[in-house]
Amino acid sequence: MSVSWVLAIILVIGVVAFMVARLRAARLEPQAGVKQHSLPGYHGSYALILAIFPAIIFFGIWKATSPVYIDSAVWRSLPEQVRSASDANRSLTMGTIYTIGDGMRRLTPAELDQVRSGQADLKALFASRGVALASSGEAYMIPAAENYRSMSDSSSLWSAVGAILLSLAGAWLGLSGITLRRRARNNVERVMLWGLIAASTVAILTTVGIVLSMLFQTLTFFQSVPLSNFFFGTVWDPRFAAAGSGGATGQFGLIPLLAGTLYIALVAMLFAVPVGLFAAIYMSEYASRKVRSVVKPVLELLAGIPTIVYGIFALVTVGPLLRDISAALSGGQPFIMAQSVLTAGLVMGIMLIPFVSSLSDDIISSVPRSLHDGSLGLGATRSETVRNVILPAALPGIVGALLLTASRAIGETMIVVLAAGVAAKLTLNPGEAMTTITVKIVNQLTGDLEFTSPQTLVAFALGITLFVITLGMNVLALYIVRKYREQYE
Amino acid sequence: MNVMSETTLENAVNEKVAAAANERIKMRGEKVGVFYGDKQALFDVDLLVRQNQVTALIGPSGCGKSTFLRCLNRMNDTIDNARVVGKITLDGEDIYDRDIDVVELRSRVGMVFQKPNPFPKSIYDNIAYGPRIHGLARSKADMDAVVESSLKRAGLFNEVKDRLNEPGTGLSGGQQQRLCIARAIAVSPEVILMDEPCSALDPIATARVEELIDELRENYTIVIVTHSMQQAARVSQRTAMFHLGNLVEEGPTEKMFTNPDDKRTQDYITGRFG
Repeated sequence: MSVSWVLAIILVIGVVAFMVARLRAARLEPQAGVKQHSLPGYHGSYALILAIFPAIIFFGIWKATSPVYIDSAVWRSLPEQVRSASDANRSLTMGTIYTIGDGMRRLTPAELDQVRSGQADLKALFASRGVALASSGEAYMIPAAENYRSMSDSSSLWSAVGAILLSLAGAWLGLSGITLRRRARNNVERVMLWGLIAASTVAILTTVGIVLSMLFQTLTFFQSVPLSNFFFGTVWDPRFAAAGSGGATGQFGLIPLLAGTLYIALVAMLFAVPVGLFAAIYMSEYASRKVRSVVKPVLELLAGIPTIVYGIFALVTVGPLLRDISAALSGGQPFIMAQSVLTAGLVMGIMLIPFVSSLSDDIISSVPRSLHDGSLGLGATRSETVRNVILPAALPGIVGALLLTASRAIGETMIVVLAAGVAAKLTLNPGEAMTTITVKIVNQLTGDLEFTSPQTLVAFALGITLFVITLGMNVLALYIVRKYREQYE
Repeated sequence: MNVMSETTLENAVNEKVAAAANERIKMRGEKVGVFYGDKQALFDVDLLVRQNQVTALIGPSGCGKSTFLRCLNRMNDTIDNARVVGKITLDGEDIYDRDIDVVELRSRVGMVFQKPNPFPKSIYDNIAYGPRIHGLARSKADMDAVVESSLKRAGLFNEVKDRLNEPGTGLSGGQQQRLCIARAIAVSPEVILMDEPCSALDPIATARVEELIDELRENYTIVIVTHSMQQAARVSQRTAMFHLGNLVEEGPTEKMFTNPDDKRTQDYITGRFG
């Protein structure tokens, strides 16, 4: 029975339970002196919850864990020499077995007999049924495939039966014992609470999962490249990750990438912070309501442009423009390359303006009106008020906002891929190309990959470095914002 | 130029009375109206503010008394869609004239707000803020003197003299309000506007601020908006009663509270409506 059928049946049971429970609750005999605790709708919802959730959770857990169990069971059933011989590409062997097992469903009984006796050309036969087999298949795979097939069939059968029975049991539990004093309302409330907790847990667990998945690959990377070479190396030259080459042949120095990342982010911030901050001050302090209602959405529109579009803008417009201007200024030789720190920083700065202005605008607007009036009432001008009262009061929040923006700048990818270049150089000249951590992650993870070579694995080490840097900045930003927020409330 | 011809009848009469009593007129409102967008909040108010007296503006909530107060130093300018019509003069000068510098006007007509609003700075810097932006002190010693005398006049100096460098927001509510009064005094204004200065304070702090207002009358002209009838009776010499955006009547406080001309004033001060 397919998954969607099982879910549909559970849903139907739930809906029926809901309607019956609501009806029963509505028809309860009123008793003198006893007030009905919950409205009929709550009794219905409670029955629905009992009928649906335990069954779906059971079904989900079964579906998630049974492949792991089947996989190991089938693997153990393989002959010993096969297991030791194909240890390196276990997933390939198992994949073939699964494909054969699934493909056998499409064969006629006569063909099945042929297959079992080992007379058929598996690859040709399966291809005629629309099943693509990666290799020709070995004789030992046939019984394993049959084993797999029967196990997965019974697994899906029992999971469906179990889930539906559980659903019926839940519905029965919800329907039985509907009385005037049953606290269905409170029970529904508790389920809501757990639902909300579960939702927030998912977010946290995802973060943990991301970190762990990178951590293991990173540890593998550091088995072939020493920590000090990575963190203190000044040369980035990973060579090619040719399939089967193996071994540490390149140099993986983080320093040039980190320098490029921070340099480009710095240029971007130098550009974005004054512009964004001034825009925010204008919007919150000077602009009339009418102007504000136009300018603010337009600025926020800027934040909605995909960064790849900014990247194209940098590549075809800003880069060549800067190069031509610098060529004209120096009279021949351009001192700013088309792909350079300046190009990437400038365009990234444009991208960051709405973040700076929007965050700062919120913070400046949250400075109490009374402070503003107090200063104006003493005969201060608007700019004196902004400089001496509003900005000092908003400063902690603005610093927090800038840190958040900076961590965005550091993690930005598409603009630098197109605008900064790929040369991992250590230079202070903003007219030259530098590269960033994110660009190198993209480089190392595109193309033909082999997940055992350090050339690929270094991407995870880079990723986790980036993660730690931006996480640190975000934590710092949140700390600052939170520490000073309560001051004026 | 005939000033009298521009003056409304009511003001002209009041002015004669004031002259007879040897009182000087500090500010004069003539046919003052205020619009918020299309909605009119204040209608044709004629009011005289006498020098070195406390003028109390009373009336039920939403009657326009705060709106009128905010016209006197053009704080309504900071509200997006507010529009003021009529004429308000300070020492005979129209404060809504094109040539008037709002910033300078506000240094002559200071304001103390309903909720104490010390800046998030030290007590010293709170007081020094105004003198600094107006360049009133030439040296550090000058500034120290200004801060000290302002705090003394606001009756706060003895309480805070040992912690001038601590934040002003750390003071109690009553102290914060007196700090704000000291801050307003520090720029040597001629008129001080107070918008329900005691509404956020407890009775003891209120008594202290009322005492202060009475002392300040010697050097300043004060206009105070208050919800408390007793407060108006205690601190003011003149009282103006507002209702639904109109000035109902104005007169010596004593007369207003004992023998008002208008039935609405009578009803309001005896608590029959509000």
